[in-house]
Amino acid sequence: MVPIEYYLWLSAVLFTIGVLGVLYRRNAIIIFMCIELMLNAVNLVMVAFSNYLNDSSGQVFVFFIMAVAAAEVAVGLAILVVMYRNTKTTDIDILNQLKW
Amino acid sequence: MTLNLFYFLSFLAVLSALLVVFSKNPVHSVLYLIITFFSIGGHYLLLNAEFLFVVHIIVYAGAIMVLFLYVIMLLNLNRESEPHKSNLVKVAATISAGLLLIILVGSLKGAESMMQVENSSIGYVKSLGKVLFNEFMLPFEITSVLLLAAMVGAVMLGKSEKRSVN
Repeated sequence: MVPIEYYLWLSAVLFTIGVLGVLYRRNAIIIFMCIELMLNAVNLVMVAFSNYLNDSSGQVFVFFIMAVAAAEVAVGLAILVVMYRNTKTTDIDILNQLKW
Repeated sequence: MTLNLFYFLSFLAVLSALLVVFSKNPVHSVLYLIITFFSIGGHYLLLNAEFLFVVHIIVYAGAIMVLFLYVIMLLNLNRESEPHKSNLVKVAATISAGLLLIILVGSLKGAESMMQVENSSIGYVKSLGKVLFNEFMLPFEITSVLLLAAMVGAVMLGKSEKRSVN
């Protein structure tokens, strides 16, 4: 029997690692991967609560989050490829043309 | 037994998640992320969510990570082209993430404990499908529209610009 706090702590750690990656790295693709990591940390909490509360709504929500994550990755990577075509880099410090 | 499995999967997930952030080569980051996803899938199995386990493996390890690997291959990213942040930014990032972790763990302190439901059947396709197609029918349909819009957007963005002139 695993207490639910363990799952909450694990997802807190995974979410923090995702945030750390977004702040730490400059490569836009790695930042995308860290966003996926954060989404997965949230999914883990939802599945854990769905099991502990014996309610399947949480698992349906995870299902929707997965669909949204897939759409997000497809569009985001397409944007990244277009940006690479124009600037020849994925360094987010160089991609600052939208700054005022 | 379950607790030991939990510790093993958690250790694997956290370790490979850290390696995603700190490995220099983007291809290695993707491979470590696949390990993280598989260990999170193992957690889903421990939580009796068999259907979500299968969907997670297919969608994340099967589709999303292949997309990532394909883009990295297409852009020819490797260790040499990897940009580096200054040490000041790295220290600031680590401190902010550490503070966030403290806040998250601190907010969980004193939380009520709950018992896990043994051999629950809510993770099966049958019971999940009943909820999905009754209560969540409209969100399910909207999701299909979202996926269609994302597909059209990705194709439009990925199209080469020379062809659009003709």
